[in-house]
Amino acid sequence: MPRAKVSRKSTAIDMTAMCDVAFLLLTFFILSAKPKVEDPIHADIPASTTIQALPEVDFAQLLVAQGKVIFSVEGADVRLETLKGMADQYKIDFTPEELKAFQGLDNVSVPIGVLKQYLNMTNQERAGVAKTGVQVDTTDNNELYWWVKNARKADKLVHNKELKIAIKGDSKEEYPTIAKIIKTLQKQKVNKFGLITSLKAATK
Amino acid sequence: MAELDTSGGGKHKGGKVRSKKASTRVDLTAMVDLAFLLITFFILTTTLQKPKAMDLTMPDKDDNHNQLPVPETRTMTVLLGKDNKLEWYMGLPQKPLTPPSVTNFGKAGIRESLIEQGKNVLAKSGKEMIVLIKPSDKSTYSDMVSMMDELNIVGNQQRAIVDISPMEVDLLKRDNIY
Repeated sequence: MPRAKVSRKSTAIDMTAMCDVAFLLLTFFILSAKPKVEDPIHADIPASTTIQALPEVDFAQLLVAQGKVIFSVEGADVRLETLKGMADQYKIDFTPEELKAFQGLDNVSVPIGVLKQYLNMTNQERAGVAKTGVQVDTTDNNELYWWVKNARKADKLVHNKELKIAIKGDSKEEYPTIAKIIKTLQKQKVNKFGLITSLKAATK
Repeated sequence: MAELDTSGGGKHKGGKVRSKKASTRVDLTAMVDLAFLLITFFILTTTLQKPKAMDLTMPDKDDNHNQLPVPETRTMTVLLGKDNKLEWYMGLPQKPLTPPSVTNFGKAGIRESLIEQGKNVLAKSGKEMIVLIKPSDKSTYSDMVSMMDELNIVGNQQRAIVDISPMEVDLLKRDNIY
């Protein structure tokens, strides 16, 4: 009796479907990826049990660490209008190139006085500039006040929405700095804002 | 499928149509490897956990005429001192209804007092307790956030962040947490 012949089938698996899925996922992740913006100064944010997510548009952030404040606002169009407002306020003329450079700037980490100079630098030169942050004090006329004010105006103009403001503070930051910022915000009747925290499990 | 049809187009010089025997399948293994490698990279680099924001509403400063008198029996004042310590009392600083006591954050600390006093106030007046948070200059941002978080955990909505008074600073100094 002849032995049953084992059919010699190819062991190669058809990879087409797997390849399709892999690339589909890859496309999804590439498109949904948002480049992580590196903060100019490190802030170790406190943890809380809040689960409310942060808005991604119509949103401004105040990064507070080492006694400095760094201002940033989402959206290139809003940024442009904000800078135009600031230019009017401080009587500084920005060239179209500078306006364009500002649109691509993630955050405002230098005082308004040197911003023009800062915008004309290359990325490498910018890295070497000391990040002194936006000037803030308890007077009515501090820079942060005008940044926030103009950003709010700009957002109203461009998107017709209320700008949401959040404070991202370092855990070790002393309260007086925070109090100064809160006072500045309250001067323009911003009584509601967010505090950015990381998630921690509630200790039951 | 992914095979390429290379058998056709038989316009060879010799006029002989030769069908190739070799498999025309493209080996996709390397390509899949690469795709998964990139997927892994993107999964790991994207920030999966978006930052969370805690809402903070401050009392309106200009509406002085609108302020309601706060019954002292319903008021709990929490003073934030240094080294993540805090001090709390009920009522007014001049004549507190409970002696000011120093405690810390967390389950066994302020949360216990918040729950206990909250119940007392609710039983006496039928209303929610009002919590005044007074951060001193020696407290940190994380203290403020922790305190707000404790109130969120116990579900207290009646709260405000208020400036500290010199008398309360003295109280903190007395208890060595300023």
